[in-house]
Amino acid sequence: MSFPWAKQYEPTNPFMKYLDEKLPLPRFVYNAVGAGYPVPRNLSYMWNFGVLAGFCLVLQIVTGVVLAMHYAANDAIAFDSVEHIMRDVNWGWLMRYAHANGASFFFIVIYLHIFRGFYYSSYKAPREMIWLIGVVIFLLMMATAFMGYVLPWGQMSFWGAKVITGLFGAIPLVGESIQIWLLGGYAPDNAALNRFFSLHFLLPFVIAGVVILHIWALHLPGSSNPTGVEVKSESDTLPFHPYYTAKDGLGLAVFLILYAAFVFFMPNALGHPDNYIPANPLSTPALIVPEWYFYPFYAILRAFTFDFLLPAKLWGVLAMFAAILVWFFLPWLDKSPVRSGRYRPLFRKFFWILMLDMAALFYLGGAHAEEPYIMLSQIATAYYFLHFLVILPIISSIEKPEPLPFSITEAVLGPDEKKAQGDSAGTAA
Amino acid sequence: MIRLVGILVGLGFTFVVLLAFGSGALTVMGQGYLVEETAEHAFHEEAHMPAGGYSFDGLMPSWDLAQLQRGYQVYKEVCSACHSLDYVAFRDLAELGYSEAEVKAEAASWVVPGINPDTGEASTRPGMPTDYFPSPYANDIAAAAANNNAIPPDLSLMTKAREHGTAYVYSLLTGYQAPAAALVEEFPDSVPGPGLHHNPYFANLNLAMAPPLTSDGQVTYADGTEASVEQMATDVAAFLTWTAEPSLVDRVRLGWIVMGFLLFATILAWLAKKQVWANAKRKD
Ligand code: HEC
Ligand code: HEM
Repeated sequence: MSFPWAKQYEPTNPFMKYLDEKLPLPRFVYNAVGAGYPVPRNLSYMWNFGVLAGFCLVLQIVTGVVLAMHYAANDAIAFDSVEHIMRDVNWGWLMRYAHANGASFFFIVIYLHIFRGFYYSSYKAPREMIWLIGVVIFLLMMATAFMGYVLPWGQMSFWGAKVITGLFGAIPLVGESIQIWLLGGYAPDNAALNRFFSLHFLLPFVIAGVVILHIWALHLPGSSNPTGVEVKSESDTLPFHPYYTAKDGLGLAVFLILYAAFVFFMPNALGHPDNYIPANPLSTPALIVPEWYFYPFYAILRAFTFDFLLPAKLWGVLAMFAAILVWFFLPWLDKSPVRSGRYRPLFRKFFWILMLDMAALFYLGGAHAEEPYIMLSQIATAYYFLHFLVILPIISSIEKPEPLPFSITEAVLGPDEKKAQGDSAGTAA
Repeated sequence: MIRLVGILVGLGFTFVVLLAFGSGALTVMGQGYLVEETAEHAFHEEAHMPAGGYSFDGLMPSWDLAQLQRGYQVYKEVCSACHSLDYVAFRDLAELGYSEAEVKAEAASWVVPGINPDTGEASTRPGMPTDYFPSPYANDIAAAAANNNAIPPDLSLMTKAREHGTAYVYSLLTGYQAPAAALVEEFPDSVPGPGLHHNPYFANLNLAMAPPLTSDGQVTYADGTEASVEQMATDVAAFLTWTAEPSLVDRVRLGWIVMGFLLFATILAWLAKKQVWANAKRKD
């Protein structure tokens, strides 16, 4: 579906006309990301990250497929094969650094995309399904990146895999069997490495499929916008192309500068030096940490150090999964009819506290498991759960929102005398 | 309903994590300090670069080929007795400025494992440019047995496998010293035992490697540079930076070209965006 004023695809070239009859792929593209997709005219740069995430996925697939041509998933030679890529394969170092830093930048983009969703409550009706699918994508990305990090078979690969799969061991009764089933053995070895490679190759394509669902769901209501007021009339929108292709193009160029700065000038800054030591099951690193993008959840996992009815480790595992699963329930936890944080004074304050809390969790997840970091991560974890499960439901019912603009047009261009055109979402705004 | 359950679950997790916080806080108050002070923490020193730095530092890096050749000489004459260099082949030495003939001669000066063509038995032969640097020990057990139970790690990736890699190798090699009096007094357990050597740059302060560079002139540099311990440590750390990241200089240079291109692309994208959006400012 689209707005009634959406431009129609009208090919003039005879070949395009023929193609449109037999396989309307150009029409599909035109309606999805071309002039046929009307978009609110007031989107800020915070709306760039979806397109950037799509770019990152393609980047990972292209560099990943090339790496897979030279990589050997065998525990005896995996580390060597990565060094072979770095030293002997033409442009191999570029492919590997592009892929490793690409994963980090993918997560930077996704986190900004998600936090944008928090601030503008993009998860609210009518966009719940887009949000739910988004959380699924995030989970798939985490699984993919985790298994990718195991592939070079360095010390952190091995010990990270051991610690993370060991978490399943905390599940009562069946835990150990699940862990053995996941790894194909008692500890990560060749069997684990092989299946991780197979899945690491597969999952990005699954993600690509789910991304299509995400965009499909998005195109039903169309994009939200910084005011959170739904589109009412044609003057509220602009065609995606050329307006947002131009804006996303600029965003992409800036993104590439930052990304290239890491790939070319500090390619190992986001990695861990221990992963340049070949995996050694007999030598435990002083500090075992996952990649930086898992830090908040790792901090939550480690915050539970007290046995209360259940063992502390099990609490940690439950809390870590719950920390992501709560995002699924956001559309129902936050009942405020106003979407945008712009018009929600109380919500806005707590949003920024949450951002500080996330920053603290990012820092603490990478720190040594010693005081004062443990106590700090316990406070940060407590706030994390309070925010989503207690504060958000409460403020959404007690808060008095500020007045909303009548329409997007009014918000951008001043008073809008036109009447709303048959859009029922207008009242909910 | 969802919100009610949510609030309960949220309070539940908060309660449990705050219990953990409380028990941690009680422990801390009971013991009167946050973290027990350890010798590793109190006496560890941050790695630092040699005075003058390196030609490959910073944003305009280059290799100082004479320095890399000197560093290679230190590796060959000192470190190779104990440390392997698995990922480097003799042919790679061409990148240090050696001619084809020199690379051949250099390779031939090393003995590598081979097979006797007549009997098929394991034997040795002079190296060829396509060979990789040989390991000093037959296997890890032999390596550990010869080194007080510590295995000398492969050095190819050493400067990427440690925090502050190049500075670390330099600092480690020049950092051997007698343990400070305060350390001996406060942490008698951290005084090096037999076969161990105190070095404040090493993670746990005591390592099994005896100081490898001990006297000036230990190596006679082919280019006549005076071989002080300081100089040898500086040079071998440079060489190991190259072995770990031979593409370093090319990478940064290519980076600038890419940056130039991207900057240009960004300006074009910005102009295009401005022009396209100029039409959007009116109300239709
Ligand atoms: C007599 C044998 C021997 C020689 C010669 C030697 N090393 Fe070592 N080296 C060792 C041993 C043994 C270890 C392991 C120490 C330990 O783990 O306690 C080691 C460890 C190291 C480490 C790693 C320290 C760490 O952080 O784990 C570096 C770097 C190093 N050596 C560099 C060198 C360099 C450079 C040279 C040549 C100038 C050299 N070594 C010469 C035996 C030697
Ligand atoms: C969702 C997209 C992807 C993410 C987030 C991702 C993430 C990662 C990460 C974090 C690593 C470890 C990097 C390192 O430290 O070296 C890695 C390695 C690897 N990935 Fe991916 N990846 C993705 C897609 C792909 C695809 C599509 C392929 C192949 C079809 C692939 C093939 C590989 C290979 C062969 C390695 C090992 C080589 C190496 O370690 O550099 N990846 N990946």
